[in-house]
Amino acid sequence: MPLRPLTGTRERDDTHMTHFLIRRIFWALFLFFVATIITYLIFWVIPTNPAQLAAGHAASPEFLASIKHRLHLDKPIWVQYYYFLENLVVHGSLGESFVNRQSVDSIIGKDAPVTASLVFGGAIFWLSLSLPVGILSALRPRSVMDRVTMTFVLIGISAHPVWIGLILSFVVGYKLHLTPIAGYCNFWPGAPGAQCEGPVQWAYHMILPWITFMILFAALYVRLIRASVMETMSEDYVRTARAKGASQNRVMVQHVLRNSLLPVVTILGMDLGLALGGAIFTETIFNLPGLGAQVINAYGANDLPVITGVVVFSTCCVIVFNFIVDVTYGFLDPRIRLA
Amino acid sequence: MSSLKVTDLNTSFRTDDGIVKAVSGVSFELREGNTLGVVGESGSGKSVTFLTVMGLLDPRQSQVTGSVLLDDEEILGASAARLRQVRGRRIGMIFQDPMTSLNPVKSIGWQLEEAVLIHNDITRKAARQRALEILKQVEIPRAEQRIDDYPHQFSGGMRQRVMIAMALINNPEILIADEPTTALDVTTQAQILRLMKQLQDEYKTAIVMITHDLGVVAELADDVIVMYGGKVVEQAGVDDLFVKPEMPYTWGLLGSLPRLNASGGRLDQIPGQPPSLLNPPSGCPFHPRCEFVMNVCRQELPALERSTQGVEHLFRCHLDEESRARIWERKKAGLVQETAA
Repeated sequence: MPLRPLTGTRERDDTHMTHFLIRRIFWALFLFFVATIITYLIFWVIPTNPAQLAAGHAASPEFLASIKHRLHLDKPIWVQYYYFLENLVVHGSLGESFVNRQSVDSIIGKDAPVTASLVFGGAIFWLSLSLPVGILSALRPRSVMDRVTMTFVLIGISAHPVWIGLILSFVVGYKLHLTPIAGYCNFWPGAPGAQCEGPVQWAYHMILPWITFMILFAALYVRLIRASVMETMSEDYVRTARAKGASQNRVMVQHVLRNSLLPVVTILGMDLGLALGGAIFTETIFNLPGLGAQVINAYGANDLPVITGVVVFSTCCVIVFNFIVDVTYGFLDPRIRLA
Repeated sequence: MSSLKVTDLNTSFRTDDGIVKAVSGVSFELREGNTLGVVGESGSGKSVTFLTVMGLLDPRQSQVTGSVLLDDEEILGASAARLRQVRGRRIGMIFQDPMTSLNPVKSIGWQLEEAVLIHNDITRKAARQRALEILKQVEIPRAEQRIDDYPHQFSGGMRQRVMIAMALINNPEILIADEPTTALDVTTQAQILRLMKQLQDEYKTAIVMITHDLGVVAELADDVIVMYGGKVVEQAGVDDLFVKPEMPYTWGLLGSLPRLNASGGRLDQIPGQPPSLLNPPSGCPFHPRCEFVMNVCRQELPALERSTQGVEHLFRCHLDEESRARIWERKKAGLVQETAA
């Protein structure tokens, strides 16, 4: 949703913030309905029999029917959707898995930290690489470094995460024995049945997934940052700053960076929100029990409540991160109607 | 005080399509406290000339030769550190578009203070004091309240006042104004020009007024350079230029000025487009559009000649003295008659 720039003089009162929040909430509700209805429609179109999967192949027809009844699968799809909504609104619950009767809330609660570790750790990796590289190649376009970087960027953009992940896992993990090949350790110690735990083991196991993310996203971000910095450097106000006698460093830090970060913040917010919904490939390759891996399993088992749960969760993530982006914008850019 | 003396300045840009000679062989002198009007169409090289003087062109894309003396000190090709001391301190610059020339994410006060702090070792508080003082001088109403506003909260005219304030805040000897009123509406233009004149009297600043508006030149300038195709085609004191312009391009410029008291009819216009600097025309750059073109014009660039009108009146034209005098008399009669009718 585009934000209108502030046109008058100072009119930053609370009504703007209230209006903004109301618009946001309506937008969130709309997104929620669109996303969940589409999920149910897809499920309705695909010929499946989740009751059979839940009951096992040798189940008697009576048993199968009772399972169907218990899962509400004997009802039309819109009734199922109504049950889903009722459950969510009245009980605040996303329902139970068809397969093992586990609550979807607890599945997401268990898996989301894994995906969050991957996404946020990865974001720190890719930003700490792409910010300096993007800025430097913008400062020296067509230099050797810029050309080398752009070649690397091309590889990063063209490569698939599965390929990058497998190569890393094989070379660094299997051949060089520098890192684990796959697997996940809890950050907080104390989980029952965990083979390994604690921040050190956690980071040690996450390092290859993070690097995979870094290669994947840094490529895009280097290009984005380079283009944004170059565009900002050709702005009239940058020339004004140089005409004032400002040094190159001062021009970059005070005039170029903040302005060129605006588009980066937007894209970062969208990417983080989307990636939290499940980094399917990376989680699969490194055997991380996150949301992406959970969704893959749920698709295989036609486990509609789990799929819907993850869809709802990622919709929320996208909405929340868009909101964070808008608030950040208000701080970065005084022209935006928020502060 | 100081003067700016530019000799045989050449600026070319490397582009993907070839080398563009944006400025070739430009020489002029700006004396202290004077105003130099620089007139020409878009692409005539007037802005590039002064970006070169300020050292604001990207050295990787441009090639510059010649000499720029500021008080007998060569500043063309001077070190970056030396140039930074000149920019904003000894030469201030105002740009054409006030809407985009101020940083949108920094407050007006911050940007003015920055200009002070770069060149003076004083506290931010003292810098703010100075910023406030100059905002009042450029007649920003309620300056105390508006100093913390952001550029988007100011109108175009107000932003150009802020730009002028920023260029003058360190009391420079020279102010280069690159079409400072082009982006503003007419009433605001007059205010800005009056303000510049007033500040010039106060600070004794020499001004370079880059413009395509001969009205602005007539009002403000002491001397005028007319540029065409990257070259100086006529150079004179402002009275000389308006009394007896010596070459067809200047005649065209004067003829295309709107006159309020003129009776109907169309304004004269100069046919054709400004020359391509990538493939400049042979000989005189103006020959493809000149109504008096002769064979020699297509082959040879006319030298800068001294007019009989005055020692400091120079022009480029192959027409002989008598024809020029006759044609100008006729043109002038046309202009006067139109005005009288």
